[in-house]
Amino acid sequence: MSIPEPTVAVVDPAPAEEAEERLPAWRIVLGNPLTVISMAVLAVVIVVAIAGELLAPYGINDIDVPHALQPPSADHWFGTDDLGRDIFSRVLVATRVSMEVALVSVGFAFLVGVLVGVVSGYAGGWLDVVLMRVVDVMFAFPVILLALAIIAILGPSLFSTMLAIGVVYTPIFARVARASTLAVRVEPFVQVSQTMGTGPGRILSRHILPNITGPIIVQTSLSLAFAILSEASLSFLGLGVQPPQPSWGRMLFDAQDYLGLAWWMSVFPGAAIFVTVLAFNLVGDGLRDVLDPKQRSLMEARRRR
Amino acid sequence: MSSGTIKFVLRRVAYSAVVLLGVIVVTFSLIQVVPGDPVRIALGTRYSPESYAALREASGLDRSLPTQVFDYLGGVLTGDLGVSFRTGQTVTSTLMERFPATLSLAAFGLVVGLTIALVAGVWAALHEGTVSDAIVRIGSQFGVSVPDFWMGLLLITVFAAKLGWFPSSGYVPLTENPAEWLKHLVLPGLTVGVVAGAIMTRYIRSAVLEVVSMGYVRTARSKGMPPRVVTLRHIVRNSLIPILTISGIQFATILGGVIVVEVVFAWPGLGNLVFSAVQARDYPLIQGAILLIAVIFLVVNFLVDVLYAVVDPRIRLS
Repeated sequence: MSIPEPTVAVVDPAPAEEAEERLPAWRIVLGNPLTVISMAVLAVVIVVAIAGELLAPYGINDIDVPHALQPPSADHWFGTDDLGRDIFSRVLVATRVSMEVALVSVGFAFLVGVLVGVVSGYAGGWLDVVLMRVVDVMFAFPVILLALAIIAILGPSLFSTMLAIGVVYTPIFARVARASTLAVRVEPFVQVSQTMGTGPGRILSRHILPNITGPIIVQTSLSLAFAILSEASLSFLGLGVQPPQPSWGRMLFDAQDYLGLAWWMSVFPGAAIFVTVLAFNLVGDGLRDVLDPKQRSLMEARRRR
Repeated sequence: MSSGTIKFVLRRVAYSAVVLLGVIVVTFSLIQVVPGDPVRIALGTRYSPESYAALREASGLDRSLPTQVFDYLGGVLTGDLGVSFRTGQTVTSTLMERFPATLSLAAFGLVVGLTIALVAGVWAALHEGTVSDAIVRIGSQFGVSVPDFWMGLLLITVFAAKLGWFPSSGYVPLTENPAEWLKHLVLPGLTVGVVAGAIMTRYIRSAVLEVVSMGYVRTARSKGMPPRVVTLRHIVRNSLIPILTISGIQFATILGGVIVVEVVFAWPGLGNLVFSAVQARDYPLIQGAILLIAVIFLVVNFLVDVLYAVVDPRIRLS
């Protein structure tokens, strides 16, 4: 499924447009309406995460018992909870902590995982074997279970949540980075560079890293989605973000006692998680179409058909 | 079995043994790396010098580190995983007591998920690039993005609180009353199954797509074989091995991932056990549960790989 080379186009009596250059990456990304919509949603989520407190019509802990369990109305768009707090305001303000946990933990997983993966893939030999067995051992533990074990050790707090999720998603980055490094390492331009006596540090930074960014960017977007889900699960269990700070997961925990009485208490915080996670997943998918060379040539071949 | 297969199995056994050893090291270290004194933390307000000394001795934490290492290894090999900090029961008996409920839930969830994934995945692959393929792909993205506990809450709201069709919580053993067992299983099973189904749909779609692109499918089609026969005899049959692999791995994933769903439905399985153990800082119980689930994961992976190699010679030759 290779892309027609320019030389082929010269010989081939195909129409002129067939010989056009590769589409720029951004045009493929913007050509997918789902990706564009998801990016717009993420932009809104980021604005809310930064300015949630300014946008919220009520204070997050304004207790108003006489107006408890009110259904959605013009005053309270998402209704009120069992203490009369405005759910819309709480959902807005809780956005920041979810994004913070996701960014910090995935940032940790990214840095450690890519370092381990690139070193493992480039060095090879016993170091590669040892590092990859460690990664295999970590993969034997289910994600949420490993996170719970880490929280059981450190005690529940925002820091433990970030660290737990970060550690849990490190191995996947290590595997992706290693696989890409292995593929790039045997390319002629790397081997020529090695023959010319370029040091390993320079080869890693100049040749390997720039050429493995595609799969890693895709993995980052997908991991952000899973990190938000994990944080919500942990907060739901009472082991993540701690009250009085509002979090989507914790709001769902509070909603459990009012499922038949006040559907809005569970629907809106859950929808916030769902929409954010879906947006990250769809952006990840859209980026994969462009950044994964195999997928990309497939798409370009289809366009030409 | 050919010598190639035996060689492959032996290599795979050696590999699994190394990973298993790593898993045991991790679960052993869990209690060792707790900042502070794990016994003291676990006792909390129930602390007294006597209870402290008793629990420390019962858990073996008063012995030297090398002794503890050998005790733990010996215990794991003989199925003795220590004693719960909170209940005083042996960890092994507690785990065995809770295991059937989780097994029921995971098996039911897998059946639901596999049904969804087979229908949607095979359909999408056979209609690649059409509108229905796009719908299946987007639908699976939706399923992967839904927080499972939120879906559980929504199902309870509609089918338990509003309609009253199914109970919102609890578990009845199969041996006690099969009808009630099933009734209690529907909502948590659907919750687990839809998410698992969304994940498996993607894999099954690409597994079938790979078979569709094979030369023998084109040959069968070009010699005028009816599409139904091509689909059943050539495409679906050849996709069965990857589908089996995906199901095995997904089953192990479900077993370890049902914690939150079990909490939502007050399901008395391993997940709920781990949850209360983490809350109570009952370290021996946490260690035991994590070890059990990790070992199941390794065993399932091992069996799937070996089965794959027995059925498909290309695997063991590479």
